[in-house]
This record gives sequence, structure tokens and C-alpha cells, in this order.
Amino acid sequence: MTLLPSSPTPRKLGLVIDLDVCVGCHACVISCKEWNTGGYGAALSDQDPYGADVSGTFLNRIHTFEVLPEGGQVIGEAGEARIVHFPKSCLHCEDAPCVTVCPTGASYKRAEDGIVLVDESKCIGCGLCAWSCAYGAREMDLAAGVMKKCTLCVDRVYNETLKEVDRIPSCVRTCPANARHYGDLGDPGSDVSRMVAERGGYDLMPEQGTRPTNKYLPPRARKPLAASAGSAVLAENTDGAKGFFAWLDGMLDRI
Amino acid sequence: MHPAPSIILFTTLSGLGYGLAAVLGLGLLDASTLSVKIAHLAAPVMIAGGLLSSTLHLGNPQRAWRALSQWRSSWLSREGVMAILTFVPLMISAWFSVIEGRYLPAAGLIGTAMCGITVFCTAMIYASLRSLQAWNTGFTPLCYLLFAAAGGFLLAAVAGYSSGTGGTVCAAIAALFVVAAWIAKHQWWTRLRTLVPLSTPESATGLGNIGHVRLFERPHINDNYLTREMGFKVARKHALKLSKIAVIAGGAVPVLLLVVAMLSGVGAVTIVASVLAVGFYALGLVVERWLFFAEARHAVMNYYGG
Amino acid sequence: MKSEPHVALSEPVSDEVRKTTCYMCACRCGIDVHLKDGKVRYIEGNRDHPVNRGVLCAKGSAGIMQHYAPARLRAPLLRTGPRGSGQFKEISWDEALALATDWLDGVRQDDPKKLAFFTGRDQSQSLTGFWAQQFGTPNYAAHGGFCSVNMAAAGIMTIGGAFWEFGAPDWDRTKLFVMFGVAEDHDSNPIKIGISKLKKRGARFVSVNPVRTGYSAVADNWIGIRPGTDGLLILAVVHELLKARKIDVDYIVRYSNATWLVLDAPGTAEHGLFVRDDNGKPQVFETVTEHVVPLGTRGARAALSGRVELPDGRFAVPSFQLLAEKYLDPQYAPEAVAKETGIAADVIRGLAAEIARVAFDEAISIDQPWTDMNDERHEAFVGRPVSFHAMRGLSAHSNGFQTARALHMLQVLIGAVDCPGAFRFEPPYPKPIEAHPTPHGKAEHFGSNKPLSGPHLGFPRGPEDLLLDAEGKPMRIDKAFSWDAPISAHGLMHMVIANAHAGDPYPIDLMFLYMANMAWNSSMNTAGVIKMLEDKDPDTGEYRIPKIIYSDAYSSEMVAYADLVLPDTTYLERHDCISLLDRPISEPDAVQDAIRWPVVEPDRDVRGFQSVLIDLGARLRLPGFVDSRGKALYKDYADYIVRHERRPGIGPLAGFRGSNGDRTGRGAINPEQLNRYIENGSFFSVHIPLEAQFFKHANKAYQDFAVRMGFFDEPKPVTFQLYQETLQKFRLSAECLREPVAPETHRERILATFDPLPVWYRPFEEAAVSREEYPYHAITQRPAAMYHSWGSMNAWLRQIHTKNPLYVPGSICDEIGLVDGDWVWVISHHGRIKVEIARMEAVNSSTIWTWNAIGKREGAWALDKDAPEAKKGFLMNHLIHELLPPKGDGMRWSNSDPITGQAAWYDLRVRIEKAERAEVSEPHFGAVAPERAQAEELRYGQEWAK
Ligand SMILES: Nc1nc2c(c(=O)[nH]1)N[C@H]1C(S)=C(S)[C@@H](COP(=O)(O)OP(=O)(O)OC[C@H]3O[C@@H](n4cnc5c(=O)[nH]c(N)nc54)[C@H](O)[C@@H]3O)O[C@H]1N2
Ligand SMILES: Nc1nc2c(c(=O)[nH]1)N[C@H]1C(S)=C(S)[C@@H](COP(=O)(O)OP(=O)(O)OC[C@H]3O[C@@H](n4cnc5c(=O)[nH]c(N)nc54)[C@H](O)[C@@H]3O)O[C@H]1N2
Ligand code: SF4
Ligand code: SF4
Ligand code: SF4
Ligand code: SF4
Ligand code: SF4
Ligand SMILES: [Mo]
Repeated sequence: MTLLPSSPTPRKLGLVIDLDVCVGCHACVISCKEWNTGGYGAALSDQDPYGADVSGTFLNRIHTFEVLPEGGQVIGEAGEARIVHFPKSCLHCEDAPCVTVCPTGASYKRAEDGIVLVDESKCIGCGLCAWSCAYGAREMDLAAGVMKKCTLCVDRVYNETLKEVDRIPSCVRTCPANARHYGDLGDPGSDVSRMVAERGGYDLMPEQGTRPTNKYLPPRARKPLAASAGSAVLAENTDGAKGFFAWLDGMLDRI
Repeated sequence: MHPAPSIILFTTLSGLGYGLAAVLGLGLLDASTLSVKIAHLAAPVMIAGGLLSSTLHLGNPQRAWRALSQWRSSWLSREGVMAILTFVPLMISAWFSVIEGRYLPAAGLIGTAMCGITVFCTAMIYASLRSLQAWNTGFTPLCYLLFAAAGGFLLAAVAGYSSGTGGTVCAAIAALFVVAAWIAKHQWWTRLRTLVPLSTPESATGLGNIGHVRLFERPHINDNYLTREMGFKVARKHALKLSKIAVIAGGAVPVLLLVVAMLSGVGAVTIVASVLAVGFYALGLVVERWLFFAEARHAVMNYYGG
Repeated sequence: MKSEPHVALSEPVSDEVRKTTCYMCACRCGIDVHLKDGKVRYIEGNRDHPVNRGVLCAKGSAGIMQHYAPARLRAPLLRTGPRGSGQFKEISWDEALALATDWLDGVRQDDPKKLAFFTGRDQSQSLTGFWAQQFGTPNYAAHGGFCSVNMAAAGIMTIGGAFWEFGAPDWDRTKLFVMFGVAEDHDSNPIKIGISKLKKRGARFVSVNPVRTGYSAVADNWIGIRPGTDGLLILAVVHELLKARKIDVDYIVRYSNATWLVLDAPGTAEHGLFVRDDNGKPQVFETVTEHVVPLGTRGARAALSGRVELPDGRFAVPSFQLLAEKYLDPQYAPEAVAKETGIAADVIRGLAAEIARVAFDEAISIDQPWTDMNDERHEAFVGRPVSFHAMRGLSAHSNGFQTARALHMLQVLIGAVDCPGAFRFEPPYPKPIEAHPTPHGKAEHFGSNKPLSGPHLGFPRGPEDLLLDAEGKPMRIDKAFSWDAPISAHGLMHMVIANAHAGDPYPIDLMFLYMANMAWNSSMNTAGVIKMLEDKDPDTGEYRIPKIIYSDAYSSEMVAYADLVLPDTTYLERHDCISLLDRPISEPDAVQDAIRWPVVEPDRDVRGFQSVLIDLGARLRLPGFVDSRGKALYKDYADYIVRHERRPGIGPLAGFRGSNGDRTGRGAINPEQLNRYIENGSFFSVHIPLEAQFFKHANKAYQDFAVRMGFFDEPKPVTFQLYQETLQKFRLSAECLREPVAPETHRERILATFDPLPVWYRPFEEAAVSREEYPYHAITQRPAAMYHSWGSMNAWLRQIHTKNPLYVPGSICDEIGLVDGDWVWVISHHGRIKVEIARMEAVNSSTIWTWNAIGKREGAWALDKDAPEAKKGFLMNHLIHELLPPKGDGMRWSNSDPITGQAAWYDLRVRIEKAERAEVSEPHFGAVAPERAQAEELRYGQEWAK
């Protein structure tokens, strides 16, 4: 199973993440944990949960970056520093090194839809797949000794016990800002593909040669407020209160 | 990368074991002597010790056998398969040496080749990872092979000197390999230390077109599996100091000791000097391996501000 | 190729789904709780729920860990060791309730004001307030005084409703959304859903906030304002709009008091008040006949300017003239405020231009005829698609009331209140001030063994409504509705402990607190408060605050300071009612309320606090809780929710009333009501007819609807109060022109701050300390994934914020040589803390900040004693004093807004000094609970692993 399926897979299921609206609320992080800790495979354990070195297995995490434009100033409108919240889970790469490095065949990419999964009953917990993933999308569960990763909620998206609308990943369903979108990126007509085309969706670290399925939508271009300062809108002008009240009287006549 | 003691132990020990086995396979030493017999037994033990330590490092060691299945794509699997297959010629050679007191060229040479391939597989586990630019180079298998060969000849020199024949030849070749290995390693280090990072926070986030990207807040405040495993960072200053120690302990001192041994020709001095050479070499190698991990920056650290 | 492993794709999620309401915060989203083997398997958003439409935030999704947290209290506790030691013994509910009844009854017979009953961010204020009123103590309030009363009071007094939970931007139609000082707010999920909608439509989103995180991070424009100066920014925008004549004249004439004549008679008791006729009707100047006529006279075209001679020979001007003259003054020009606010004049002008452009050039219209309160018919709803939202960034300053008023004034001037595309009211708002009670608590309002004669909280109409004794001293323990904070509509919870400790205005016997962590993150000057709680009278050896009853669900810091602890259930274990009588969850288009119900049974000896309160009410034989024979009226809270009636036909829940459950708003008791709610997903929603959806303040159809729903018994339209007469009455008192006269000590400050038109003045702390000595602002923000102190016992949430760094602007880091991980002393006029820093660029250059309430006290929340929350986390609260620095006038003023008493958390000024790196932040306090062993590993859900 460690060989990759012939590429491209008939369907390329994945996520599109909109960095223009992600507010960094971590809802998707916790919802993912909650869904998966009782779902696919072993529970997502937490070590030292109420102590000093608390840490746990998460399949999705939000990083926060500060982006500093060249010569940016701290306050004001032009060129100021920005905060970008950055969600990250498995990108379900087409050339997934995490699959080919796996010695046991536990790590595999589904031929049908491209979802990259770990068959925990085979996983020896060698950790090599996590090393091979440039994105940090795999985390070893310390209690179970097996590798965990985003399953693209495979046990939701095909789950016939769920209503049709709910057959989407837990993180997508919960995201309050609607920054996460799920769909078939192999179908150019799908909503997600169109979104990617329209908004210039891109790959993370293309230089790693992994050809991720998941795409990121960049923050939209911003128009500074100061650019409106000279607009005609404020041109009509009042010379002192007198002129203003004269205008007011005129306005009242029109009512 | 986190320099896990079990992995350092594994690569050092198995590298020395495979090197020794490979040299024994060349038939340079008298297979009937006690020390060569011991060497024939020691090599598989070192290899097995290394393998065991790396197996125990697994999350689910009881399923380790499964690791043999994916040799078509996985260097780790290939290494596992090769490691096991290699035991066959090695055990045959050992049998012939220990029981029959003679060298069987077919088994020996096949063993040598397979040892080389196994070490190559081990190295390729690392060298094939694009996410670790430091390792992702042909110099990595070259270094592994050279270090294994140097270690093998060093150990063989000990066996040769103790058995009274072939010590000097092995010592001479060992000295050459030690020098060659450190030259290769020097190249490896030069490459590492002058690398233009393949991936940066900018490419990792795709935000480079807005400006310079800097981690502001980690996803979770405390360390997690990824930062513990891949977030290890050794200060450049320390890395330089440690690489000097590695070169001196693993290169200069062994070569000097080998020269001493070769000059004195026979007797206790040669044995003591060659044993010391092995000891220092192993020490140098452990430091080198530690640095191999500690200095390698994983691409994921672009997301973790490291 | 081998076949792929088999994956179980269609496992049922759970055995059963129970729908209830989240309470990981006060947003009150609908949740679907999945139960498997009797345990909570999964919590997801209820797709049908109007508040969250299926989404959940991080906290909501972490409900499992909240519900099973080891920090949950297990049984009633009686203190055995000294306060703060955490030594308790578990007692039975019988004992606990008997003791509580004994303590409470003693006070009630003796002197009911010796009970101070204050509640935190609960959602049952209509019950707790009713209980307190029946008990008869004047000392009751919820937490609004330290939270955001400035927002509420300024909104209600200006437009009849407020941003704070009583309204929302028209997310579907607005084209320009300007948000001031919001990090999370109570409408957490709706705001996120809304921002996402705006972005999708390409509407512009401007955030005014010193710190650019969270919502501000995704804003199109970020205005990194200097804290406490928003008033100037807003007034500069008003200046620009007036100058450019971008005012909705028709709107202000119709819906505001712009035309009302203000008496211009300096030195008299009526100066600056509205001219009224004998019926109390405000007068306007009719421009055709040139007569002064009562407001509402048919056909009258009222003037907005001009000085008018009244029949009695005095003079008056329309209030709008005062307004226009004031803000056209060059002191409000963008250039004039640029330095103080830290915002370039061009940015201010650009903001004003965008507001004007969108409001007037991009006006929208909904073709729906409607009739206004003057019976005038309109063909359509005209909308000015500019909306605003603001929260504590404005209100947690000592000038917050006036700043919030300035913002509401701006909204009215451009005609952007409750029209399509603008800020819109959520029923039962808008409500004119006349629909709110005046406060009760004067001596004649209460006495031994009898109820208070009216509600505690309300809006004074003038100084005559203050709660003062004969000498003018405060009647309430928190000094609410005194000269210190005349319009403290929500009380001053942050002053209760300090005042009770000082015995000022009088000592109390019993403090009864519910759901507020007063010994930690909700108090200013936390260390001082801890001392006050521990302090004993040396003569008697008794605590200065003799008895404390507290209800919490978790082992918070405050628990350690209670003498008697009443352990509450978790939100999944109890009945609750999110009532229109309290803080509703309505939307602009719909009237809504909701319930919680026990979706899982408690596994501990705990009881829902509201049921306990009702039980106590019956034991105390309070009217309203027992019948004429002294028998308990209600079995428990669920019973009360169904059967309590505030007015005939009006109870806590508006849905499924009437004996058949077919009545809405008004209707007879329906014994099946809770079941009907549960069947409906635990909420109720009724749509407002389209004709009634906008201009609710003046829309006949809406007013009729409101009467049908039982919000009012007769229509109560609202006229926007640009000019605030009540404030002027206080100024007249301060000028000794009006009775009661303000005490001399307060006159100067009243004159400076009670301007009937919005003003900006320097926040008090900034004005009091040296700006050189304390050059920086220090503020806090709510993290999205934590709710105050209640996230740290949650194993999943605490991993996100295990400790909080102090974020320091890059320029300051460079100046004093700080890098990430360095430690500093942060020093205010009151105290110093030692903390770890992290660098940040996207922040106002004079502002340092941290996440709120992450720092924990050692031993609390069932965390290990070396938990980072306690070792490295910290509270900004140690630096904030509940009193302002002495001014040399012999007075110690409270660190609050002078009008509403709102705690001025964000006025804090500090300096920072580099410190030695350290392992423990300072101050550090001893443990409040004995250490207990904790699980080393958690594998929630492992039993379900396949
Ligand atoms: N520095 C600084 N300080 C601040 C603020 C700030 O911005 N900066 N914000 C202020 C504001 S606006 C507020 S509202 C306050 C909030 O401060 P608090 O009102 O103290 O809020 P919490 O920390 O949420 O604590 C409430 C208590 O309720 C308990 N609790 C949780 N769930 C339940 C339950 O179901 N039943 C019962 N009975 N108890 C429960 C918790 O265990 C906790 O002890 O903080 C104020 N303090
Ligand atoms: N996740 C989460 N949600 C919560 C809470 C929580 O603890 N966690 N608490 C709830 C409670 S009790 C409340 S009261 C609300 C409060 O909701 P918010 O008002 O959103 O709360 P704060 O975090 O106090 O946010 C104030 C914002 O104002 C900014 N600010 C500070 N000073 C100024 C200023 O002078 N001008 C401007 N323009 N901005 C300023 C701060 O940077 C911060 O972003 O949130 C509620 N919702
Ligand atoms: S993101 Fe990482 S784990 Fe996921 S498919 Fe790509 S390489 Fe594998
Ligand atoms: S950890 Fe498991 S999935 Fe990953 S490479 Fe090893 S065996 Fe494969
Ligand atoms: S798709 Fe499912 S598993 Fe993947 S990040 Fe989202 S919730 Fe987690
Ligand atoms: S839930 Fe949505 S908005 Fe929140 S962090 Fe995740 S992707 Fe961002
Ligand atoms: S915002 Fe989050 S915590 Fe608050 S009620 Fe909604 S889901 Fe629950
Ligand atoms: Mo609050």
C-alpha cells in the first residue's frame, strides 16, 4: 500500500482554507480533536492534562504569523504589520512522501479519492512519515504509539448515518468564519476548485515537490483608508457654522 | 531534529558492525585466528544490538515485522529487509570462520556487498527526506558508507593486530578511509552551513508577497510531538565546537594512533593503539551522529518559528 | 496492488442526540449533544439554531472537557480552615441550606441591607433580581458594572438600545462595517459569521483597535488607535461630516431630538433643559408660522437652528444647533486630534469620506411600505448601509460612556440606526428610557422583613432619583446611584468587596456571590482584594466581611474564600432559561429565547443554583416564592420557568404559551412548555413581519407587534436623544442651580464630564499620573478560545493558552533591548508585576497587552501546582487599582466612569523595566487548595476506538 496510487486519483478530496477570513479562533482545532478522539482509530490522547507539561495529539492546529512589509510602520494605514492566522492540517498531497517512506504500508493514499490515511493496526510508530512531512501534519499518539493525522473526516464524509449536509469534515462544519471549505479539487467545476481559481489559491511549499491537494486562499488586497481622504465626498464644504445652518434651512425646505 | 539516543546508538553501532562484517568479508584476515573468529561474532552482535535499540524506539515494536513489507518504496523497509538478508552471508561466513576456521570467498564477498547496501539503505532513509534539506544530499550516503568502511577497517585492524596478521594492512586502509570519511563529512558540513533554505516561513505560508513572515503565536503554548521531535536546535557556536571535537576524536586521534600502531608493527602497543583508535573513533562518530540530527533543521520549523 | 484496508465509514455517531444551549460563554449557541453509552461523545452546533446556525467556537467544541473536568465541585462545602487555605469539609445539602437560611434570615429580620447579593455572568438575572427584591436588600446587582455598563447605558440613553447584546449590524446588507474595540464580545459566533458574510460580499470592514489580532487581523483597514482616544476620533469624523454636510437631515428631524428646543437661560434651574409645555411635551420651533409648538403638531416643519424667543420672553435653540456649533469647532478637525489619537489626519478623513460615501451614495432600499408613529406612510425602507459595533475597547475607560454616546450620535446623524444595512435593534429593544424603571434602594424603599418596593436597577431621570440617605451618602454598598456614579445602571460589583471591607458606607454581615471569580480575575487590585477577604477585625477576631456564601461549579480561586460553598451543576446538567426578561438572544428580524435542560444527569452531589435559590426563597418565606400559607410555590427552577408570571400572561419564556402552546409572548401557563422547547431544539423563534422589521423605534407595525408580544402594554416609540437632558440636570445640580445640589467635592467633575452632548476628556488615570513616568497603556484582550477563568480546567483549551506572555511593541523592545523570552517589570502607580514578554509589531506603539484571565492562582482549578498558568501566567489586574491615585483633594475616587461607574480597566498606564529572566511570574501567591493527584494521561473516547 505504500506505493502511491496512480496520479491523479479520480477524485481529489481536500480542503481550501481562506486566510482572508480566518480569525484564529481555534474552533476547528478543538472540533477536530473532539470528533476524532472517539472516532477513527485510537483516541487522541493528552499527556499531563492538568499539569505543567500538558500536551496532546491534535490533527489540526492554528499558527499565528506576523507579516512585516518592507519598511512598514507600526500604526497607520500604509504598510503596517499584519497578523495572519494560519490553520494547518494534512494537505493530502498527491506525491505524499509520508506514504512512500512508510515501511509497513500503514500509511496509504486512497486510490479513489486521494485521502491519505494511516491504518493504525499496521503502524509500528516508527515516526518516519512524520519526519518526511514538511508540513508537520502527522503527530504520534504517545499513548497508542501509532501515527495520527487528519483523516479528512473520512468517517463523516461518507457516513450514511449522517444527513447529507453533515457529510463534511468536523472542522469545516464548525468554522464560524466559514474559512474552511471541503470538496473535490480534482473536479474543476466544484465550488472549491472555482474558489481556488478565482482567488488565486496556492500550494504550501511547492518546492517540496509534494503537490498538496489542499489549497490556501491568500488575504485579499486591501485598499488604504487614507486613499479616500481626498475623494470628492467631503468636498462640499461649510465655511463655519453660519454657512452650515443656511444649508440646513435649505435641506429642511426639501423635506 | 531531536537527537534520540536510541537512533544515535543504532546508526553508530550498526555502522561499525556492518563495516567490520564487510571488511571481514574481504578475506584480508586469517579466518582461523581467535580474534577474527571473535570479530565474526561481534559484527552481527553489534548489528543486532543496533537494530534492537531502534526497534525498541518504535511505538509498537510488536508489529516490527510489518516493516519488511514495503521494500518497493520505503528505504526503511529496504533497510529492514537488507538487514535480515545480510545476516545470511554473515552467518555463513561466521560459521566458516568460527567452526571451520576458514574464509569462504563467495559468502564473504556477497556479505561485503550486502553490508554496503544495507548501510546505503540506512543512509537513504535520511537522504531521501526533502523535508530535511541537510540530509537530502548524496553526501549523506557517501559519509555513511565511508564512516562504516573506516570503522570496519579500524575494527579489523584490532582483530588483525590481535591475531598477528593483517593488522597493518587494515590499519593503513583504515587511516585512508578515516581521512576520506572526514573529508566527505567536511563537504557535508560545508554544504549544510552554507545552505540557502529550500523552504522558508514565506514559502511555508505563501505570504511572502505581503512581507517578511514571523511566527507570532504557536498553535499551542507548550511543546508538542512535532516540536519535541523536530524542534531541537543546537546553537551554531556549539555545533562548530562539537564538530571540531568530532573531527579530532574521530579523525585526527585515530589516525595518529593508527600511525603509532603501524610504526610499532607488532606487539601490545599495536593492540592498545588500535583499540584506542576504535574507541576515539566511536566517540567521534557518536558526536558526529548527534550533530547529524541536532543540526538538521526540519522544514516544519518554518511553522514553529525555529 | 493489494486492496486498501477496510475503513468503517458509516458508524453511527452516537446513540442519541439531545439539543440544548451552550454555556461555555454567554453567546448561547444551540448545541447538539451526542450521547454514547451515557457519555458525551460529541458536541456540534445546531444547524437550525438562529444564533450559531450550526457552527461552534473552540470553547463550545471543548464542552466535553468542561463537563468532565476534575475541577468540578462535588458537594456543598463548609470552610474548616482559614479563608484562602482551601480547607473545607463536605456537608449535605440539608445542612448547607439550613445554614444558608439561618444566615440569610438573620439579616433579613435585622437589616436587609446587610446582605450584599451580587451575581456574575449568569443568565438568570430576572430570577436573581426578583429574589433579591423579595428578600428586600437594596444591595443587588449583576456583573454589568465591571463589564460594559457604559455601552449599555450610553446606548439606551441615546438610541434606546445598545450594541451590547441588544442589537447587531445588518450583516446581510451592510457595505461598510466599522468596529471599535472588540476582541470577541458576547456575540462571538454571530460576529464571526457576519464578518465572513461581509468579506464574501466585498463589503469593507474597518477595525479600530490598538491591537491587531482576531477580528482586527482580517479587517480591510486597521486603525491602531491610542487607547482611550476613540471619542476624539469619532468626534473628528462628526466634524468632517458636518463640514461636508453629510447629514441625514430628514432622519434626525423625524427620529431624534435635534429639533427640540433647549432653554438658553444661564444661571437658572432650567438652563439647558428642554422647553416643555404643561403636558411635558417638548417644544419645537415651527418655521412656517414661526411659532413654538409642541412636538408632533401636524404639519409642523420644525427648525434645526435659530435662536427663538419663547412666549415667556426667555430664549431657546434647537438642540441640533448646539450640536453643530460644538462639533464644527476646529478643535475637532482631523489635524487637531491626530496627535492625541495617533491616527494620521488623512486616515480620519478617509474614514469620514467612506462613511459619507456609503451612507449617502450607496443608500439601499427595501420596497416595503410601512407606517410611522405619526401615521405617515413610507413607500420603502431606506437604508444607509454603514454599520458600527463596539464593546469594551470603548466602554472599559473612564470616558467610555461619552465615547459610546459619541458613536451613537454619529450613527443617528447619518441616519444609520435600525435601517437596512445599519445597526439594528434586537427585540425587546428599542426601549425608551421611560420604559425602564428608576432605581430602588432609598430608605423608604425597604425595611426589615419586607420586599424592596421596586427593582434595584434602572435609570435615574435626574439627581432626585439617586439612592442617597438624608446626608447625601450612598445607600448601596457599591455606592451605585450615588454622586460617585449617578447612572450606574448595572451597579458597581467591582467596589463591593472594597466597600464592605472598609465598612463604607456601612459594614455588611453577609456577602452572597454567584458565578464571579472575585478573588481573582474579576477584581481590580487582586492582591488587595485577597487581603480584604482575609482581613479580621483585631477586636473581635471576626472577618471584616463576616460571612460569604458562594456558588460556583468549579474550584475557582473564589471558592477558597467562601465560608459556605453551594456547588452548581455544569451547563449540561441543569435547567436554564435565556429569557426576554433578561438578556435575550433575539435577532433583528426575530424574537427569540431558549432553554437549557439536563441532557446528562449530575454524577455528584450538586444542584442547579437557580433551584437552590428558589428553595432558599421558600425557606425564607419570601413573597413570590411561597403561597399565602407559606408553602413553596415552585418545585425547582424548571417549574418556575413554566409557572412564574411577571405580569399576567408574561413569564420567563415567550414561546409555546397558552394552554395549547399556541400563544406567543402573552399567554396562559403551559405545563408542557419545556417539552415543547426541547422538541424544538431548546429555542423558540418568531419572525417579525417584514413591515415591522426596520425603524422599530418609530414603526407602527413593530410597536403593535411589541405590544402583542408583551414587551410593553402600549406602544413605546423611541426618540433618539442626541442631546441628553438627564446629564444636564446633573450639571445644574453641580452648579447649585437645581435640587438636590451636588456635593462640593463632586461639582467640578460633574461639570467636566456630564456634558449633554458627547465629549471627550482624558481618561482619569492618564490625567492623574505623569505621562513621562508611565508612558505606556496596558490592556487585555479576550482570547477566542477561553472564557475568562473558565478554560484552564479544560484539558483541551488550556493547551492553547497554557500561559500568557506580555506583548510589547517592537519599538519598545528595541528601545530597552528586549527579545522574546525576556522578563520585565511592569509598573503602574499601584503595583508591579514581573512577567515574560514577546515582541509584536501589529500594535499601537504605546500599548502593551496580554490575554485576559489566563494567569491562575496556584492550587485553583484542580491544576498541578507547577502548572504554567500559575507559574508564568499572570493577571494585569494586580496593576489596576479600584481607586484612582490620590489627587490631594482628600478623596479617593473610584477607578470608574464618573457617570455609570463602569470599571475603567483599560485606563491603566505603566512603564516597563527589564528584569532578570525568571521561572515564576510575580506576584505569586500560595496555593488555595491542597494538592491533589491528577491523571497522567487522558484518552477520552478510547473505549469507542475501533
Ligand atoms: N484585567 C482585566 N480584568 C477583567 C476584564 C478585563 O478585560 N481585563 N474583564 C472584566 C469583565 S468584562 C468581566 S465580565 C469579568 C469576568 O470575571 P468573572 O465574572 O469572575 O468571570 P469568570 O472568570 O468567568 O468567573 C466566573 C466564575 O463562574 C464559575 N462558573 C463557571 N460555570 C459556572 C456554572 O455553571 N455555575 C456556577 N455557579 N459557576 C460557574 C467559574 O468557575 C468562575 O469561578 O472580568 C473582568 N475582569
Ligand atoms: N472567547 C471569549 N469571549 C468572551 C469573553 C471571554 O472571556 N472569552 N468574555 C465575554 C465578556 S464578559 C465580555 S464583557 C465580552 C467583551 O468583549 P470585548 O469587548 O470584545 O472584550 P475585550 O477583550 O475586553 O476587547 C476589547 C478590545 O478593545 C481593544 N481596546 C482596548 N482599549 C481600546 C481603546 O481605547 N480603543 C479601542 N478602539 N479599542 C480598545 C482591545 O485591544 C480589545 O481588542 O466578551 C465576552 N465574550
Ligand atoms: S501533508 Fe504531510 S502527512 Fe499530509 S499527505 Fe502531505 S506529506 Fe503526507
Ligand atoms: S509511523 Fe506508522 S504510518 Fe508512519 S511511517 Fe511508521 S509505520 Fe508508517
Ligand atoms: S478534516 Fe477532520 S480530521 Fe482533518 S482537520 Fe478537519 S476535522 Fe480534523
Ligand atoms: S475555525 Fe475557522 S476561523 Fe477559526 S481558526 Fe479554524 S479556520 Fe480559522
Ligand atoms: S460562542 Fe462558543 S462558547 Fe459561546 S455559546 Fe457559542 S459555542 Fe458556546
Ligand atoms: Mo464582561
